[in-house]
Amino acid sequence: MVEVTGKPLDRVDGRLKVTGAARYSAEWDVPGLTYGAIVSSAVAHGTVRTIDSAEALQAPGVLAVLTHENAPRLQPFPEKVNGSLFRGEGGITETRQPLQDATVEYAGQPLAVVVADTLERARHAANLVRITYEQRPPELTIDSSSRRTLPETFTGNKEEKLQVTVGDPKAALAAAPVKLTQVYESGITHHNPIEQLASIARWETRNGTDFLTLYDTTRGVENMQEVVSHSLSLPKENVHVVCPFIGGAFGSKGWLFAPPLITVMAARVVKRPVKIEWRRQDMFAVAGQRAATRQTLALGATRDGKLTALQHDTQTHASQSSGYTEPCARVSRMMYAVPNLGFAHQLSHLHLPSPCPMRGPGETVGGWALECAIDELAAELNLDPVELRLRNYAEQNPETGKPWSSKHLRECYARGQEMIGWDKRNPKPRSMREGNNLIGYGMATTMYPAARRPAKAKATLFADGRALVQSATHELGNGAYTIFRQISADGLGLPVERVRFELGDSALPAAPTSGGSATTATIGPAALAACRNVLGALKRLAIRDAQSPLYGATEDTVEPRDGRLVRTTAPTQGEDYATILRRAKLPSLEAEGEAKPGDEREKYSFYSFGAVFVKVRVDELTGTIRVAQLCAVYDVGRLMNPKTAHSQIIGGVAMGLGAALMEETHYDPHNGRAVVRNLADYHVPSMADTPNIQVEWLNIPDPHISELGARGIGEIGCVGTPAAITNAVYHATGRRFRSLPLTPDKILPS
Amino acid sequence: MHPFNYQRATSPAQAVAAVAPAPSAAFVAGGTSQLDLMKEEVLRPSLLVDVAALPLKTIGALAGGLQLGAGVSNTAAAMHPEVLTRYPVVSEALLAGASTQIRNMASLGGNPLQRTRCPYFRDPAQACNKREPGTGCAALKGINKVHAIFGASAACVATHPSDLAVALAVLDAQVQVVGPAGSRTIAFPDLHRLPGDTPQQDTTLAHGELITSIDLPAFTGRSHYLKVRERASYAFALVSCAVALDMDGKKIKRARVALGGVAHKPWRVPAAEAMLAGKKPSEKLFRAAAEVAFADAKPLEHNAYKIPMGRNLLLRALLETSGLQPLQGPAGTAFAASVGGMGGE
Repeated sequence: MVEVTGKPLDRVDGRLKVTGAARYSAEWDVPGLTYGAIVSSAVAHGTVRTIDSAEALQAPGVLAVLTHENAPRLQPFPEKVNGSLFRGEGGITETRQPLQDATVEYAGQPLAVVVADTLERARHAANLVRITYEQRPPELTIDSSSRRTLPETFTGNKEEKLQVTVGDPKAALAAAPVKLTQVYESGITHHNPIEQLASIARWETRNGTDFLTLYDTTRGVENMQEVVSHSLSLPKENVHVVCPFIGGAFGSKGWLFAPPLITVMAARVVKRPVKIEWRRQDMFAVAGQRAATRQTLALGATRDGKLTALQHDTQTHASQSSGYTEPCARVSRMMYAVPNLGFAHQLSHLHLPSPCPMRGPGETVGGWALECAIDELAAELNLDPVELRLRNYAEQNPETGKPWSSKHLRECYARGQEMIGWDKRNPKPRSMREGNNLIGYGMATTMYPAARRPAKAKATLFADGRALVQSATHELGNGAYTIFRQISADGLGLPVERVRFELGDSALPAAPTSGGSATTATIGPAALAACRNVLGALKRLAIRDAQSPLYGATEDTVEPRDGRLVRTTAPTQGEDYATILRRAKLPSLEAEGEAKPGDEREKYSFYSFGAVFVKVRVDELTGTIRVAQLCAVYDVGRLMNPKTAHSQIIGGVAMGLGAALMEETHYDPHNGRAVVRNLADYHVPSMADTPNIQVEWLNIPDPHISELGARGIGEIGCVGTPAAITNAVYHATGRRFRSLPLTPDKILPS
Repeated sequence: MHPFNYQRATSPAQAVAAVAPAPSAAFVAGGTSQLDLMKEEVLRPSLLVDVAALPLKTIGALAGGLQLGAGVSNTAAAMHPEVLTRYPVVSEALLAGASTQIRNMASLGGNPLQRTRCPYFRDPAQACNKREPGTGCAALKGINKVHAIFGASAACVATHPSDLAVALAVLDAQVQVVGPAGSRTIAFPDLHRLPGDTPQQDTTLAHGELITSIDLPAFTGRSHYLKVRERASYAFALVSCAVALDMDGKKIKRARVALGGVAHKPWRVPAAEAMLAGKKPSEKLFRAAAEVAFADAKPLEHNAYKIPMGRNLLLRALLETSGLQPLQGPAGTAFAASVGGMGGE
């Protein structure tokens, strides 16, 4: 049978999605459902003095109003969850437990929830809750923060230190014949998935104990189960988290737990199921964000363009109760062969909402700053930007000295240049013009760490010839259902239409939070292991069965072929899976499998690479930029499905285009409220902004990452794109822009 | 959302009779902006009287001009052949605004009455004199990137968001109104007002007055709309510009110019218009007019960019309307109106 992995299979859940049959978290039909509406803080810093629910409680249909004064008590937030640091400096999440105290740490912080029999009544009554505050002046900028820290690691990962010096970058900079120091700034951005946060909580008594079913927009059912059960002092197995479909996450929906916990508490109090669907406005306070950054890049080089020093220092911010630190040096630490390398991250705690990862955390804005600085150095040295990068090509990881598992970046540069017609441009800045527009070409390198984590899966063969493979991973819109069905079909040796894949349920075999572009490399091998194990069990059934043509064989002389088990030396002797099960009178046969990274992680440095080339038009007199052409080539290992991969990568590129040109959330400089809080004011790229994004990939399997040879592709498209666009705008205008996004007000010559 | 009653109007007179006696009653047509504001409780009408089904959906000839029914959708007006060919500024303004879905719902009568996009107006927790008189204006010292550079007051720095209104301001359009005191006609430039110390009043309409049509007088000159926004589609104007030029041979007989995104109402620039009248189009003349148009601009902390942007835009709009420079797309389309065009080759 021909393998289906690597083929452009149509999305298996596409029909469900376009017909509305895919069940999203807010759409579960739970009998007796009631509705919660949130009252959030009007101020950014202070204490709730009084909270008056009397009028709301009298409004029609209202069942309860929960505030910090009457909400159930929760355990303090856990320190670590499934190995990740949650609390403290560098910790990944907001550790404030909701509705537990009167402290206000940011505007939009949930302070009360009103539960009513309809959504409309709940929302109306929420407007009748009166809150008075003891206000204190909020600290809202990196420079005004009275609490600044230097976090040691990103999320407690010892492999990811945030304060690092290799060699002596200071001395090397001082001695460098050519040096460049520039400051790059990026604003706050939001994930803004189409599906807003939503939870439905239902409490039951099962076997005399409390049992919670939680439908939630989470891409981490395991973490959610852990945090919720810990917070409520419940056994883990008494919490069941369900999420079969997610309408986009992009870094949100993984690390902030107050929204589901509020729903869970509300359901406990009203003793009925409660649904809370957060409004788009709320998403700018409770769904996480990419924090603003100010990054200082210092480069030292020889006159022939060899980097001698790189120092990348970041100032960024988190809330009062999160230590999340945008890890901006993720690209700088590994991209170029530079002997003296340093980076530092300073965190200012502010009275703004908590940040969290957003597509390419660190890489998107940190890589932007680095790749713009490299472009500036190329101009300074009068070198082609590609040539400067080739002169500093890293043959191994400069921070750790480890060899790459697989790196073919030179091919990406070469193909990208061909695609865009790099040699047809006049390299002189501000030299190309068409009508009202200046024309510019720019490029940048892109990368993404190729993470892999432990995971489990279960495979079941049925006597009717079908099979099911399951793992508690997630479908974020990325194609997980599709590629894991493909991988499982090949692992079982069955046609793809006979195999189903299930996910998004904490009762399934454990899988980590879907993030960090790690899902394919994590779940794929686990699914294959489960498939192997179930086929092993099937073989044992057959070879012990005197009526089987395989009777008496040994396991290693029997193999799956086209839905049958056959003798390797005599493939005509064999029988199909269903026959074996039926004769054994088994309706099904199942086996678990587990896969985890091994010591290859000690030997190699795992990354994907790519190169992005862009042509822009800049109408300088109105400040308007359009991307005319965007070509990118990626080295991401072996592709599991070129069709879903293409969609995922061009989606990432479009998000990078948004980061470059238009996406930004402003908070009021005095009261800290989000001033951009809807999708009319928060501009994501429209179709009219997006050119025909041309992407190619090398499709060279990574020999070390796993038996599949596949690295993740969720984020690499977003990284690199902002710098390629910014560098193209420089080439068009001859002017450097060091502040994202490149909105018209910044481009207009003053 | 605040609870409200809902009625379908049976005639314009009945609609007026239903709304007029109740101070917090309101008309609703497409509701494309109004319903958002109700969900935020920025608007809290006690009664909505739906005028969408009233027979106000025709476009017809009127004394050499055109009468546009107030219930005509933005899409229908923009695509009407008479509008497209004789008043391209109207089609361009409509098609450069909102999205297809919103244009299909929105009505010509409602469009000029949409409320400001000032984010402080739209967030009930912010101080806003337009939403709640006497609470102050948080935008004045806040993020005022999209706010007014002309005609603002200490009470309000909001801008009017309608593209259509800017186009109508250069056509000497007349607004037909029925109300509790009978019918009247309002010259379009008099429909909207400056904020002064009563920014809660966007227009000169009395409570219970319903727009029934927008009448365009005969016009044989050239007209054009141009808009700068932060993305290629579906974004409000940072600055926009409508131009109508009546030509007398090679000379400009009369010029009308209005700016959008810069004031509480479409901002006519009479000094620039006067400078253009009777002159032969030239880049030099247009540059001088653009200078004059922005001479009185008073920027806030974050919106000074609107002055050079507006000057450059006005210059380009005059060059394109007069034919000294080609339009960037077919007349009457969003392509002609959208500075920068679309992404892609």
